[in-house]
Amino acid sequence: MSSALTAKDFTNAQEVRWCPGCGDYAILKTVTRTLAEIGARPETTAFVSGIGCASRFPYYLDTYGFHTIHGRAPAVATGLKLINPNLDVWVVTGDGDGLSIGGNHLLHALRRNVGIKIMLFNNEVYGLTKGQYSPTSRAGTRSPSTPGGSIDSPLSAGQLALGAGARFFARAIDTDKIGLGYVLKQAHGFEGVTMIEIFQNCIVYNDNVFADFTDRDNAADNQLKLQQGEPMLFGADNEKGIRFNPDNFTLEVIDALSNPDQVLRHDADNRVLAQLLVELEKPVALGVIYKNPGESFEKSWHQSPGQRLKRTRSVSEMLHNSDTWVVS
Amino acid sequence: MSDKKSLDSIVVRLAGNSGDGVQLMGSQFTTSTALVGKDFATFPDFPAEIRAPAGTTFGVSAYQMNIGSSPITTAGDRPDVLVAFNPAALKVSLPMLGSGALIIVNNDSFNARNLAKAGYREDPRETGELDSYQVVSVDISHLNLEAVKAYGLSKSDGSRCKNFWALGLLMWMFDRDLDPIDVWIRKKFRNNKVARDANVTALHSGHAFAETAELAEALPRFRVNAADLPAGEYRGITGAEALSLGLTAAAELADRPLVFCSYPITPASPLLHHLARYDELGVGVFQAEDEIAAICAAIGASYGGAIGVTSSSGPGIALKTEAMGLAINAELPLVIVNSQRGGPSTGLPTKTEQSDLYQAVYGRNADAPIPVIAARSAGDCFYAAIEAVRIALRHMTPVMLLTDGYLSNASEPWLIPDMDDLEPIKSNAPPQPDDSRDNQGMAFERNPCTQGRPWITPGMLGLMHRLGGLEKDFETGHISYDPGNHQRMTDMRAEKVKSVAKFIPLQMLELGTEEGELLVIGWGSTYGPIFQAVKQMRQQNHDVSYTHLRYIDPLPENFGELAGKFRQVLVPEMNMGQLSTLLRDKLGLSPTTYPKVTGQPFLIGELTEKIYSMLPPVLEVDGDLVTNRRAE
Repeated sequence: MSSALTAKDFTNAQEVRWCPGCGDYAILKTVTRTLAEIGARPETTAFVSGIGCASRFPYYLDTYGFHTIHGRAPAVATGLKLINPNLDVWVVTGDGDGLSIGGNHLLHALRRNVGIKIMLFNNEVYGLTKGQYSPTSRAGTRSPSTPGGSIDSPLSAGQLALGAGARFFARAIDTDKIGLGYVLKQAHGFEGVTMIEIFQNCIVYNDNVFADFTDRDNAADNQLKLQQGEPMLFGADNEKGIRFNPDNFTLEVIDALSNPDQVLRHDADNRVLAQLLVELEKPVALGVIYKNPGESFEKSWHQSPGQRLKRTRSVSEMLHNSDTWVVS
Repeated sequence: MSDKKSLDSIVVRLAGNSGDGVQLMGSQFTTSTALVGKDFATFPDFPAEIRAPAGTTFGVSAYQMNIGSSPITTAGDRPDVLVAFNPAALKVSLPMLGSGALIIVNNDSFNARNLAKAGYREDPRETGELDSYQVVSVDISHLNLEAVKAYGLSKSDGSRCKNFWALGLLMWMFDRDLDPIDVWIRKKFRNNKVARDANVTALHSGHAFAETAELAEALPRFRVNAADLPAGEYRGITGAEALSLGLTAAAELADRPLVFCSYPITPASPLLHHLARYDELGVGVFQAEDEIAAICAAIGASYGGAIGVTSSSGPGIALKTEAMGLAINAELPLVIVNSQRGGPSTGLPTKTEQSDLYQAVYGRNADAPIPVIAARSAGDCFYAAIEAVRIALRHMTPVMLLTDGYLSNASEPWLIPDMDDLEPIKSNAPPQPDDSRDNQGMAFERNPCTQGRPWITPGMLGLMHRLGGLEKDFETGHISYDPGNHQRMTDMRAEKVKSVAKFIPLQMLELGTEEGELLVIGWGSTYGPIFQAVKQMRQQNHDVSYTHLRYIDPLPENFGELAGKFRQVLVPEMNMGQLSTLLRDKLGLSPTTYPKVTGQPFLIGELTEKIYSMLPPVLEVDGDLVTNRRAE
């Protein structure tokens, strides 16, 4: 049965209904291609989503799919993964769905290390409800609900994930086939929970919100593409590097050509470094920022305290397992 | 007084501070009752605070039990024996006592401070207000501390043994063997030798004191006649235990794993605790981060092929509401258990009520019906749980199972069922994969009789499909906003719930005749008191009958016809008339509601009074006019 599949085997005949030019199209394409490349099987793959533009994702895949309710996809996915740990369970969520109404479920799925693969499409706006500001919108965002500009500070998906105890956090850009494909593969091979923040462009309500680092002209100078063990270099000719400044405990940009020894090498299992990297604004850190494997929740759950879900005693025995007496 | 009084039944109430160990003492006394073959019913009544301020009336924790020979279905209206550990316990319990009741008080606690805390200006034993009772004062605290002195415990640790000391005394009064409790203590405290020995000593000392002390002159002894129960093997069981065993039995009957997802809430948590110990029985328990996550994880587990169950109490059920709609739309099986408590909002967390019936039947956005059933007694929770799972799997629907705080905690003797007598539970088999057809449509090919769709779970080859909360086409299962289709799907969901009635037994009378003056309709935990009240009335030849509902929605097909044969219908319920509304709505009945929302179960006497008041003064029987009123 394990004949090689292509992206087409993961795509169904449904007409895709995102706005023309939406970043979701690019993500869908990279996901189906990656699923084929990693040898996933449609019957053992399930996509679970919440509510929002991103959450329509499962309808366009020929895998098992469950479009649930607002913010609750991590909880539904947890139940599914617990009952069948052999499934590849992907969660598709957005900045509103995952970080606002569903923040609690995301936080607990991350801390438990449930082996679900969370893709958080961050476009810093509520798309499906027509453009209100979201928890990742920058302060001052003008939207239908904040005509004078939003006043609250945005939430950092990376800081939330690391703070919640996530063991895998990565970032990618919607249209970056290679970068996104790479982190998806890394996530797929990881035992516990993974969270991938995807910078996704909402062409209708928040166009170009990430252009300062995603535009072709800005990319080289504003993207730090992390590779495990490699020096943190960026710029058109890799002329810039990242150094740790021990005086103020921050990362800073230096001239890599004249100070090659001071350039940090990426170490994805260093949690402190990961926290500094997610804070970095210019350049924006991309790729696998943190990766520190540990036993998954479902594995521990099935092993502890006994053989859960395996019936080794009969109910009849349990019914009599008490002080009993006979009336004759 | 040492000769034993022989009785058919006796009501004993233990009351003290939350920290006095009254609940433990009560449950041990109940166990000893069970072991000597008496019928019993219990009612633990405790405050919401874990250790409410000592000595206060609102901190009183009580355990009431009714022990007897004839079928016992309630914890009893009027206690015949009260053990009061402090003045507050006496004050709270006094209005409940029957006249001439025996009151055993802990003399040591009747000091000025405790009397003041209880709101007594003077010692009630000296004011004459206890004259109509038989009062025995025992230095329980002091005698207990003396007994356990040898173990070198601190005063506070030593005084924690006093529940066992008092239990020893009670055991003597009821002529019970101490051995089972002795064994239980040794097992319970096997890792703490000092606590073990001190408690065993306290138990035996209390017993010896009752037997030998001069005071024994005043201590009556009781002999309760053996119960006339059906033959078989029995155990004591609480509603929460029976429910957890029932869910587990249902999983075995369906040959599926059970995944129980819950968030702690009073009074539903005992179910979580019991099931957490059943992993050898194919049960997985997941304590979620909140109520919403609990139901969503249960839905995820059902999606994956397990029997997903979630449990809560009213406020938590409210939070789960949106997810119930999802399970309805996704056509997945799910059992939602509501251990009802007093409300609204946080309300009375530890007190019982039946006020979530509207919530269960009507309480969701949109036209979102689900079957609703209710358990009537502690032991019945076992069968109600199996029935809930059976309906959920047959019709691929969420099912609401209503129980309440009283049922969860109350215990009774229970004839242990034979699993072989229970019918296996079938689920709707997945179709064979067929490349020539669209999987999406195959996933929603419903059984025309039940509207249940096949249970296809991720992992099954060639049957991939998409589920969701969006409306879908009746035939193809793809998203549809077509107006006619939404009507058709809404009709289908209504028909699905309605079709449950085709599979349930016709409604029967518990007591009485097929037609007549007054029919009493009960549901849920009011079974015990209503049964006793109607039985008493019938023994006095009053024209009153009784029926008790398990199936709230849909109602049994013959229910309207059955109820229509009576001139009057009375619905006693622990809410302001919710079942009455339902009966008006569904069947056009015009019942009289007898509401009670005090947080306490009905008393038999309250019900007989109400029934009397509704009966006409005279009644024609075979051409003769006879009085239908109690002689004044």
